[in-house]
Amino acid sequence: MKKLSANTLTLGATAGILLLLYAIASVRFSDQYFFTASAFMNLLTGNAHLFIIAIGMTFVILSGGIDLSVGATLCLTTVVAAKLLQIEGISFPLVVFLSLSLGTSLGAGMGVLIHVFKQAPFLVTLAGMFFARGLAQIISLESIPVKHSGYSALQDWYVFMPDWSGKSGLAYFDGPAITVVHILIVIVLLISLTIAHCTNFGRNVYAIGGNEVSAEMMQVPIGKTKVLIYALSGFCASLAGLVFLINVPSGNAAHGLALELDAIAAVVIGGTLLSGGCGSMLGTLMGVLIFGIVQMAIRFEPGIGSYWTRIILGLLFLTFIVLQRTLSRIVNE
Amino acid sequence: MNPLSLIPKQAQHIVWPVLAILLLLVINVFDISAILASMGGEETTRPLMSLRFFNITLNDSGQLSGPLISILIHGSKIMVLAIGMTLVIATGGVDLSVGAVFAIAGACVAAGLAQLDPAASSSSTIILIVLGTLLLSLCLGIWNGFLVSVLKVQPIVATFVLMVAGRGIAQILNDGQVVFIEQASFLALGRGYVLGIPMPVWVVASTLLATVVLLRKTALGLFVEAVGDNKSASHFVGIRVGTIEIFVYAYCGLCAGVAGIVYAAFNQSSDPNTSGLYLELDAILAVVIGGTPLMGGRFFILGSICGALLIQTLNSTILFQGFGIQYTLFVKSIVIVLVCLIQSPTFRTSLLSYLPQKENA
Repeated sequence: MKKLSANTLTLGATAGILLLLYAIASVRFSDQYFFTASAFMNLLTGNAHLFIIAIGMTFVILSGGIDLSVGATLCLTTVVAAKLLQIEGISFPLVVFLSLSLGTSLGAGMGVLIHVFKQAPFLVTLAGMFFARGLAQIISLESIPVKHSGYSALQDWYVFMPDWSGKSGLAYFDGPAITVVHILIVIVLLISLTIAHCTNFGRNVYAIGGNEVSAEMMQVPIGKTKVLIYALSGFCASLAGLVFLINVPSGNAAHGLALELDAIAAVVIGGTLLSGGCGSMLGTLMGVLIFGIVQMAIRFEPGIGSYWTRIILGLLFLTFIVLQRTLSRIVNE
Repeated sequence: MNPLSLIPKQAQHIVWPVLAILLLLVINVFDISAILASMGGEETTRPLMSLRFFNITLNDSGQLSGPLISILIHGSKIMVLAIGMTLVIATGGVDLSVGAVFAIAGACVAAGLAQLDPAASSSSTIILIVLGTLLLSLCLGIWNGFLVSVLKVQPIVATFVLMVAGRGIAQILNDGQVVFIEQASFLALGRGYVLGIPMPVWVVASTLLATVVLLRKTALGLFVEAVGDNKSASHFVGIRVGTIEIFVYAYCGLCAGVAGIVYAAFNQSSDPNTSGLYLELDAILAVVIGGTPLMGGRFFILGSICGALLIQTLNSTILFQGFGIQYTLFVKSIVIVLVCLIQSPTFRTSLLSYLPQKENA
């Protein structure tokens, strides 16, 4: 029960900071239509790949590990998918299947190295990062454009929705719209919540992160779970790569540089303990939104360079670590 | 008889990296792309074997040059960073922020020098700027140490803060632009030669000497190993664990600062956006290759130097063989996996279980 209450407290703190930031930005940038449904939907679209990666990363961090390879896996997926889509008459579902299995098998491979050979996750996923980005660079140093009917169908599909601020039609396009990306975000969130809270696998992840030795004593299948966790993270990263291609229609070996840092930061800001065993998917969604709002606000604010994003992110990260430490200390006493 | 027992005990941990470096050097005798072409049946005019890689020439102004010398020059930043990283890893920590501190140091020194008139800047101001930059990197290191030892944050998390924020700080210092450095007396730090040997090599040598003297000739090295081995036991025998931790992170920050300054001088510019990106990973890799375990405890500074040299020799070999820079990361990833496997007890025992069976049969 003690751990649960610390969890709820941090989740509450994250939600509070998210609402506060959103309110401040809405007032500060009211003349730039920040508080509109269009802007909010754009915020979701722009950070969809980060969110999907962060969900995979949440599972990894919950188990007490870390995955540095996700940015590079995203990059490799964009390059491979773009290359595959250039083949005449290839079917779109096949490309999606191949891309997703690429990321998944890469992740599973790293999981095997981590579990069987008892290596530090940090070192193995570092090798995975070099491997994926290196492979992407070998495939092509140039940017590969994606012009496929499957992708244009995904990009063109949308449904208009009512705007809560009554300012519809004024913002970036005809009005707020729900796109494929938004639907994917909801699906990923729902599935990840189900996996984390309603399956044996999810409970095993929390158990391993809480205490690996006691988890093993309680017959938790450590090896199987760990391989699955990294495979899941790889799957999420390649799914994020496919989503990234909807927003930026080109495969490039420079995509997703340092994205793993953003993802880790978003997960921790979302209240997941880096030591594992404590955290939630909803928190990660909030962490990604906080990241997105900070980024958007800095873009709107005149006279501030985009490099402030990282500094503010670092400060938020620090605040949360200190907050988590203090909270868990108070709860434990 | 175990062939390893012929080698003195102190040198055993560097056997593997040294063997790997030698292997890479031998590979460079051959021109692989020419060999592949001739095996494919193509006519090639290039010689299949040459000692071009080992050419060391002394030019008119008494400066050594050649592929081997450039490995030393380009490897200097990894070597200096690896020296600092060795100490941090020896205490059971890790410093992810060295790449960021490296970039900040370069940006800071470039921003300072850009304020001066290139023609009329006195050497005392330049020295002041360099010292100021070193102080800044020392402070950044102390900040990491403070987070780890006083706030008790895990090292990966604590140094991650500066890894994320640090590049932003470097970009602010240089306003996101590449800043060029024109003061010749400063550039000598990276491009100058003393006794025919390039300046960066002297910097590595003096950092190495200072570190070895500081750690191996005093009790400090023993304290660092003790903290890495068992924190609470060290505390109970009266070692100030917190102070030692702050010291190693501060030292690592200082090393990153030194490397950043020398690299800025070598490049004649500071690029806050890309300099030092993923450099922390190279440094950690060098330490691990050198035989210092990530769990902490014993540490091998010379091993880390060999690890750094191995990484740079690998980079240079790929370029020298004409494979293009895009193969570097891929090959590096395979090296990491091999190092992981060789160091893994599971892999070793499963490998050894094959060997005796063959001998018996």
